[in-house]
Amino acid sequence: MKKSDVKLISNGKRIDGRDLDELRPVEIETHVIDRANGSAKASFGNTEAICSVFGPRALFPRWMQESDTGILRCRYNMAPFSVDDRKSPGPDRRSVELSKVIRICLEPAIFLEDFPKATIDVYIEILQADGSTRVAGINAASVALADAGVPMKDLVTACSVGKIDGKLIADLCGKEDNYGEADMAVAMMPNKKKITLLQMDGILTKEEIMELLDMAVKSCEKIYEKQKKVLKEKYKRVIE
Amino acid sequence: MTEREVVLPGELIEEKKGRKAGSGTFFEGEKVFAKFLGIPRVNEIEISVIPLSGVYIPNVGDKVLGVVESVEISGWMVDVNSPYTAFLPLSEGVSGFVDTQRAELSRFYDIGDVIFCRISRVTKNKTTQISVREIGYGRGEGFRKLFGGIVIKVTPSKVPRIIGKAGSMITLIKNKTKCDITIGQNGLVWIRGEDKTKAIEAILTIEKESHTIGLTEKIEKMLGE
Repeated sequence: MKKSDVKLISNGKRIDGRDLDELRPVEIETHVIDRANGSAKASFGNTEAICSVFGPRALFPRWMQESDTGILRCRYNMAPFSVDDRKSPGPDRRSVELSKVIRICLEPAIFLEDFPKATIDVYIEILQADGSTRVAGINAASVALADAGVPMKDLVTACSVGKIDGKLIADLCGKEDNYGEADMAVAMMPNKKKITLLQMDGILTKEEIMELLDMAVKSCEKIYEKQKKVLKEKYKRVIE
Repeated sequence: MTEREVVLPGELIEEKKGRKAGSGTFFEGEKVFAKFLGIPRVNEIEISVIPLSGVYIPNVGDKVLGVVESVEISGWMVDVNSPYTAFLPLSEGVSGFVDTQRAELSRFYDIGDVIFCRISRVTKNKTTQISVREIGYGRGEGFRKLFGGIVIKVTPSKVPRIIGKAGSMITLIKNKTKCDITIGQNGLVWIRGEDKTKAIEAILTIEKESHTIGLTEKIEKMLGE
């Protein structure tokens, strides 16, 4: 199937019946793994990511330790059954890059200097992939970090935006990602209004990028409300 | 003092208004934000956040339980259930003169021994020192090596719930099960006695259901059987 063969927008609706700036149903659950310090599961439509956070904990080997600050280690991993054709398990070029990108996007939000010589480990597993897996992973990771009681400047909220059939859209699904013209992943700290991740693939004009950024900020705010609600619900029962 | 709903990391608590931004908070200009998920405490002097989860980070003055990890030339390395292993120097561990050239330090504390101690020093990069010496005179806290018994782990943020108001909960468990129980602020609990399975069960129940009301009655009923 060539790119032009797929009609992604008909009658102003996208292939899954959404409006242009509509998000897929977002579901976030926290404290799903008992053994981890903090954990969360986030799903955007068919995309599903589960994240566990361990630490702050002692870091070995010792040469990795930093005497004045802690470090953050991230692993992004796709399950073999997460995609249509079985993905061979283990790290590959793509997941190694995404691990690094996610680490860089979470780092500015965490007070790593509070934990010299220690490490915080974030493990993200993609259980089901249908586009925008990295942003689902980031959203799960920031909720899991909050659940683990890690000191943070803000939660990190992420969202993907893009361009299909000449129209600008939010939250791409798998098909839109594959046959669309461009896609952009944005992560931000919603209270601080600071962007921590910005990746783009495809061809966009400067004006389109600015418009997409606005759209991403708005979508991130919607997702932030959801994250907030989930965490408050979970811990509301603790204090009553 | 006012108590409010849980706050999330990065959430605004209040304007500073000349007050101190205490533990669990950070400030930008006049605004004080929460650092982690917890319950905010606001009064005239200070704004702080009490954590609801998280690992134990050593603080000077905390009374903790530690398990000896290794014996060194002039002290012991002690695991205090935190990312940082604490050091117990010889002079802070035993009283009186010890000839380090001859004495074998495992005579005093050996690997696997459980010690009830206090955090005596924490440097900027979290190198931790502990001590079993009492501060000043008087009744004392009972810092010592604990013989026999077993150690269980609970979440450090739930330790106050296990102790209860003015020690009500822990006294209840002690009386009902006739066990010796020592709780460290780092989330380690040492239990010795006939009925220790019952005591462990009770403590783990408190940890699991720490958010429910009427927990003391429930534990009383549970132990009364």
